[in-house]
Amino acid sequence: MSSRIRVGMLCSRMRVEEKLLRDALVQRDLDVDIVDDRELTFALAEPVRDWDVVLERSLSQTRALAALRVVESWGVTTVNRHAVVAACANKLDTSALLEAAGVPSPATAVAFSPEAALRATEELGYPVVLKPVTGSWGRLLARITGRDAAEALFEHKALLGGPEHSIFYLQRHVDKPGRDIRAFVVGDEVICAIYRESEHWVTNTARGASTRNCPVNADLRATTLRAAAAVGGGVLAVDLLEDGDRLVVSEVNATMEFRNSIDVTGVDIPGHVAGYVRAVASGAMADAGV
Amino acid sequence: MCPECDATVSLGEGVERGEVVACPDCNAELEVIRIDPPYLVLAPPEEVDWGE
Repeated sequence: MSSRIRVGMLCSRMRVEEKLLRDALVQRDLDVDIVDDRELTFALAEPVRDWDVVLERSLSQTRALAALRVVESWGVTTVNRHAVVAACANKLDTSALLEAAGVPSPATAVAFSPEAALRATEELGYPVVLKPVTGSWGRLLARITGRDAAEALFEHKALLGGPEHSIFYLQRHVDKPGRDIRAFVVGDEVICAIYRESEHWVTNTARGASTRNCPVNADLRATTLRAAAAVGGGVLAVDLLEDGDRLVVSEVNATMEFRNSIDVTGVDIPGHVAGYVRAVASGAMADAGV
Repeated sequence: MCPECDATVSLGEGVERGEVVACPDCNAELEVIRIDPPYLVLAPPEEVDWGE
């Protein structure tokens, strides 16, 4: 018996990406229920049976993780899985997984006090990049070029920040050539990649970086897929830096934005994602005998 | 109507509930709560856990 696949698309807003994904899912004969995460109430003992698969597209990583935790406990298939989103939402988790898997990434250190952070910074060697362990869109990144700036930043962070800012997450600065690379992974395939170019050292499109197509060669494909596998796989955007003649992975994003990447790559990114959602849901339903 | 400056905001073709549009007069970010009849509220400011 065949039944239509019901997708719950967990959203906070209908951005360009969510509209494109919704349309791509509908084009593939999937039923789509737009679920506003602000309106949800979940009684844990009363599983919602409206969806065969939940596609997580929340703006809020906190709400996304909570919602995924609940629906997975009910046996609902999710894209991405809670564990994957959790691994990507926390840069320290991501770094630990990349390191354990032997995926090249910038030298990273963690400290828990301003004094220890200063020692770690000087051991890494200036310049060092200070990042919040959670955060996105290039928020609160600081490139520390010397001891004076380091001392000031660590003191401010210790005094003004909340508990999670008591983790000093530090990375050796990679002197990249005015750009980084974002590679898009869907399942076991790197579907395309872009260069993000900016005169600012933060090459994030949310901070105004421009995009152009980046050919996916064997090295980029292999490093990207290893990074995706390290965090658990799924639909992911892997950010890489060119560090001399090698690629290093700076982060992995689990709720990827792609509006600026479709035209420059010519790749139907939402179509690939929709196909993956259908395949994952179909597999899970077949396993369950639906 | 823009809740910030009272300017008339016309919703373009294809605008959906849940989208954010800009007021043409004061440039405030407005979230579309309802299409028909139109109802707009100030979009919530970016939160620290928003992102990819």
